[in-house]
Amino acid sequence: MPQLRFVNVTKRFGKVLALDRISLDVNDGEYLCILGPTGSGKTTLLKLMAGLLTPDEGTIQSNDRRVNEVGVQDRNAVYVPQHYALFPHLTVLQNVAFGPLARGKPASLALEIASETLDLVRLSSRAQALPKELSGGMQQRVALARGLASGAKLLLLDEPLSAIDARLRLDLRHKIRDIVKQSGLTAVHVTHDQEEAMSVGDEIMILKNGRIQDFGPPQRVYRKPAGIFVAHLFGGASFFEGIVEHTVGETALIGVRGLTIQAPSRMLTLTSTVILGLRKERVRISADQPRGMDNVFRGEIRSVRFLGNSREYLVRLSNGDTIASRNFVENEAAFKVGDEVSISFRESDVMVFEYPAQGLLKELEVG
Amino acid sequence: MLIVIIPAVAGIVAQLFSLPTLALGAAVLTRMESAVSWSFIIGLTVSSLDLLAGVPLAWLIVRRRGNWATVLDSLADIPFVVPTVALGFSILEFWSSPDGIAQLFGSNSLVPPGVILIMLLHFAFSFPVIVRVMVGEFLNYRETYEVAARTLGASTFTAVRTVTLPILRTGLLAAFLLALARSLSETGATIVVAGAFENGTVFISNARNAGQTSAVVLASLILILSSLVVFGVIKVVAPRIRVAPLRVWPDFERKLSKSSVVTVRNIASVAIFMAFVLFPCLFIALPAIMAVASGTATEAIAGAGPWKAFWSSMLLSYVIAVLATVVNIVSGLPMAILIARNRFGTGITKIVDALVDLPIIVPSLALGVSLSFFWKNMGSLPEFWVIVLAHTTITYSYFVRTMTASIQEVQPELEDAAKTLGAQPLRVFRKITLPLTKYALLSGAILVFTRSVDETGATSAVSKTLKTAPILLVSWIKGTVSVTSPERALGVGFLVATSFLALVVLRLIAIRQPSRKVG
Repeated sequence: MPQLRFVNVTKRFGKVLALDRISLDVNDGEYLCILGPTGSGKTTLLKLMAGLLTPDEGTIQSNDRRVNEVGVQDRNAVYVPQHYALFPHLTVLQNVAFGPLARGKPASLALEIASETLDLVRLSSRAQALPKELSGGMQQRVALARGLASGAKLLLLDEPLSAIDARLRLDLRHKIRDIVKQSGLTAVHVTHDQEEAMSVGDEIMILKNGRIQDFGPPQRVYRKPAGIFVAHLFGGASFFEGIVEHTVGETALIGVRGLTIQAPSRMLTLTSTVILGLRKERVRISADQPRGMDNVFRGEIRSVRFLGNSREYLVRLSNGDTIASRNFVENEAAFKVGDEVSISFRESDVMVFEYPAQGLLKELEVG
Repeated sequence: MLIVIIPAVAGIVAQLFSLPTLALGAAVLTRMESAVSWSFIIGLTVSSLDLLAGVPLAWLIVRRRGNWATVLDSLADIPFVVPTVALGFSILEFWSSPDGIAQLFGSNSLVPPGVILIMLLHFAFSFPVIVRVMVGEFLNYRETYEVAARTLGASTFTAVRTVTLPILRTGLLAAFLLALARSLSETGATIVVAGAFENGTVFISNARNAGQTSAVVLASLILILSSLVVFGVIKVVAPRIRVAPLRVWPDFERKLSKSSVVTVRNIASVAIFMAFVLFPCLFIALPAIMAVASGTATEAIAGAGPWKAFWSSMLLSYVIAVLATVVNIVSGLPMAILIARNRFGTGITKIVDALVDLPIIVPSLALGVSLSFFWKNMGSLPEFWVIVLAHTTITYSYFVRTMTASIQEVQPELEDAAKTLGAQPLRVFRKITLPLTKYALLSGAILVFTRSVDETGATSAVSKTLKTAPILLVSWIKGTVSVTSPERALGVGFLVATSFLALVVLRLIAIRQPSRKVG
């Protein structure tokens, strides 16, 4: 049973359309990540879920009950804002006990729940501290504990890790997921970090300009993105504009400014303009002609970026287009700027998209 | 600093030693004791009531963003614009005169002059202070705390009571103390509405008129010391009060959060504001307009009869206000920089910081008494300059406070960046700090200017022959100078009109000050 369901939900702020006919299900126990650039409507969506905003059109259901008009305090959904909003005048323990107290639990019981929850996030030793005395990571855990202790079934996390150091962030995102799963909660986690979304979400939703661009398990969204924008935001790719010249069975031959690229045909009409996308790690680079590859081109290295375990190259093809390639350091010889190399990739790795109505550049704009 | 703060304290202490005897009659002592206690009773009561009425209104203004909330916001400032003497007269006419509100009830005087009328007056002029401070606090407040509380299951009322107000408690305290300070300090308007009743300032002023110097000194000293003690205690103790263990009454507080209850509360706070602050303040317009209609205005402009003295008083008031503002900027700006940038080291900065507040805390009449003795002992400074310096002292805190806060908001990094780009300190100040704090400088100057035009307490204590406009008007209203009632109303009306005009002009200057010139 979906714990939360949006049916054609629209939200406007004055003339600005913040969310446009959003429909989605969040199932019980699921960890959903919402990914999108700034201004895509992520926080608005989260606030609608929390009951902090009411939709202009459409229905929000919780456990099959319409909740459009239900106030924040009765939604049973805890909203954890970006900087946690720990109450600065209360101790850690009082912060965590706030939810049970507000819901009318007797003080002794509330404190008991609070200390148990603090145990869960391993902060019992700091129960009497004030929030400002804690590190960012600890504050994050207190915010989580406060949400858990309130007895809410739905946890709404607004960029929960944005205020935390890069190293700690990696650690903490898995901790959050573990605690959520352990407590049997449902979580919606908003982020603009695609790696974060990929590594913690059971499902991923990609939002742009108030519309859902793609929604599914991370592997599927990565392998078969629903559109150019999704491919660009979620993983990144090199894009080329081309024209369908031939289709032979499953294969299409696509002309890209003088080069011909083999791609999966997928019901392409002849002479139509399409966009091809290639993930960097699917593009191989080598000194001589590789065998058994569907697409092989020659090119010249324009730039090299060393990323520790891998190198990223930008290679200019003979038609003047540039393609990116990422290679693990141990697998490949290092090339220098100016080297002549072979670029190769498989037909099945080429992503084919319809030509966007507003052109490629417009489609790739983030934010 | 030396010229501004030290005389405030030194004068009275010196006088204490130089007085031959402090022996006072028992009757005078009892009068004094009761007067000073009443000052505090009135101040504490009125400030608490103001807080109760003002906070919901400030809340309403901030949270109901809309046209009429903006209108309400501007209306709440009106008592600021009306000089307190005019306010006193307006309130006297409104509550006590047969032409005022009493008409509606078929009586001669609804609230006769006395302690209740003083409370009504103080309530009215402290109200905008509370609203102003709290609107600022609510605007700076991060609403996410309240949002977080509500998603944890708290009703709106619970969230505000257990989260918002405790977080804003320093702001609430500051608002309360400002209201209290104004109430303890106000002289001119209080004399107007006091009737036979005496609070601290009225007592001092009566004693001074009666030539009882020792009573004046003693009462001033007691008023100064007790204000210091009360403020010290409140300031030290209040922040230490640990928030009581959380208690929540979910069902009851949920009922209080219902929209019907909220509507009733909103209507009530607007109604209180209208009935006790706005209408009594604006009531002055009625008799003033009637006076214009009756032809008094032509006499006034011709400068006939009492009007000659009136116009020279007005001129005096504004010249003094301009000078006090200039002296304040010259002496207050360096002080603000020193405090804001912690140039004295932490310990001394704290002390200096507290000293700057002295003129706000100490009742201005008592301050004036002290100043008059100081300058008398220091030799023959002309009376005019003594008044200018007294006004500088009285308004010093307002200016330095405003500037300090604003300079603290300029990140030192900006100044550092300018220095690494090769700018000399003075240039950094002129090109970086000053432009960024320009608005505060102007609003500080406006505060000083209006307070100076408004001032009666300290002025009455230091002036002998010179009379500023509010002082003159007090004597008109009290009947020590005989004038007709249209003349009285019109005089007050003129003061309101000119100070309003001055404020508009200053605001216009503040708005159109393009400092884009680089060089």
